[in-house]
Amino acid sequence: MRSRRWEGVVAGVWLALAWASPTNTTTAQTLVGQGNGRGAPPCQSCHGADGGGQAAAGFPRLAGLDAAYLHRQLDDYARGTRSNAVMQPIAQALSADERGMVATYYARLPVPAKAPATKPVDGPADDAGPTLATRGRWSAQVPACEQCHGPGGVGVGASFPPLAGQPAAYIEAQLKAWQQGTRRNDPLGLMQHLSRALSAQDIAAVAQWFAAQPAGSDRQ
Amino acid sequence: MTTRLIAMVIASLALAACSGRTPLDAHAADAPHTAKASAPAFEPPAESTIPAGPYGDMVRLGREIFLHTRKAAPAYVGNGLNCVNCHLDAGRLADSAPLWGAYGMYPQYRKKNHHVNSYGERLQGCFMYSMNGKAPPLDDKVMVALETYSYWMAQGAPLGVKLAGAGYPRVAEPAKAPDYARGQAVFGRDCALCHGADGQGQKVAGEYVFPPLWGPDSFNWGAGMHELDKAAAFIKANMPLSRGGMLSDQDAWDVAMFMDAHERPQDPRYHGDLAATRKAYHDTPMSLYGTRVNGRLLGAQPAR
Repeated sequence: MRSRRWEGVVAGVWLALAWASPTNTTTAQTLVGQGNGRGAPPCQSCHGADGGGQAAAGFPRLAGLDAAYLHRQLDDYARGTRSNAVMQPIAQALSADERGMVATYYARLPVPAKAPATKPVDGPADDAGPTLATRGRWSAQVPACEQCHGPGGVGVGASFPPLAGQPAAYIEAQLKAWQQGTRRNDPLGLMQHLSRALSAQDIAAVAQWFAAQPAGSDRQ
Repeated sequence: MTTRLIAMVIASLALAACSGRTPLDAHAADAPHTAKASAPAFEPPAESTIPAGPYGDMVRLGREIFLHTRKAAPAYVGNGLNCVNCHLDAGRLADSAPLWGAYGMYPQYRKKNHHVNSYGERLQGCFMYSMNGKAPPLDDKVMVALETYSYWMAQGAPLGVKLAGAGYPRVAEPAKAPDYARGQAVFGRDCALCHGADGQGQKVAGEYVFPPLWGPDSFNWGAGMHELDKAAAFIKANMPLSRGGMLSDQDAWDVAMFMDAHERPQDPRYHGDLAATRKAYHDTPMSLYGTRVNGRLLGAQPAR
């Protein structure tokens, strides 16, 4: 009896709080589906209703990514250590709480089951993509991408996001952003440093290879 | 106890300055008298030149075992490591104890076991200590494959000649004796990102992506990497991945000391007496085994 009364009190307080402060009533679902009404458009208009992204446009998958990673990216867009004309104003329009809510929401979504975003293009027998991905180019101090991003690029922990199944255009844009310093939120400067050893052809090849990998169905 | 450690390290540095140091060893840091600019350079053959046919197949099997030791040679591996964790680029990278730098240096007398070791026996040592497992028989397919892979990689290298880039390059003596607390700070700053705040590595789908540095799934107290000079040398040249050479010499020594002051699986040569085991196999200031660090007697409660 006693515990049920407590439940009532807690629920009442919760409702009152929610009523009193509009930002607290904003659910992650509202943000994702409708935006926050203060300049942040609905996330799903670009990242898809299932969080799977849009390969053709180069919008990345967010579903199933690590919550801390996603949260940090939004914070870094907001503070400018990750530059992007589209995402920076959006991240700035979200409150700190909202950035956290959105990150948690997407982290909990299942990885959409679908065919790999793009197939490797039929082209010259250039194996730079798979070689860089699985073995690296140690003569230039470039480790295999898999050594940090996990087998097939499924992603590892909060600092090494999945590459598997991400749009090739997205991966390519990130590697170029690291190279040019428009993205500089990497721990220990790892990506800014090693991306400088890659040519445009290397970047295109490795991006295509990861885009064609299955997106972590057996991911932990 | 910290005082004792400092005294030990200072004593060891004095020793290192003398000529009679460790014997030439693929896993040893360069002895000063061999670290000469005159050491010939060597470039291993490109992997694309591994031939088709049974010989090439054995080379490729050796490479596979080297890269995925746990999966490809499970009977002989007792921890979470793979050969490539300490020998980067599938054993090809200079200053990362490359196979081409070791192959032509055997047979060799080793102080570690007081007899002349064949290359095969040297590889067996890796399995017993670094892999905390069992030595494959010398005629086991695992051994044949690893020897074939090494032989292929060393083709064209002179026999019995210390090559530039062999082993791990010795790190200059630190200005200050290696220190646990400073090492801990280095670890948190530059290592925990990959190896985890607890040093236990990171896994995906049950397999390690980043190897554990101590504890039950790491190398045991008999492995070369538990010695401070070897660990400092590997770390300085190769860590963090892609940023080898980034750490100062002092940082490398400090973080090596921090790593090697943690418990790990028992030395398989231990037979009930820690002090006796230290005296028999670890009688060097570079080993913390059987000494006290921060009040803990290392080796007394080995990880399992």
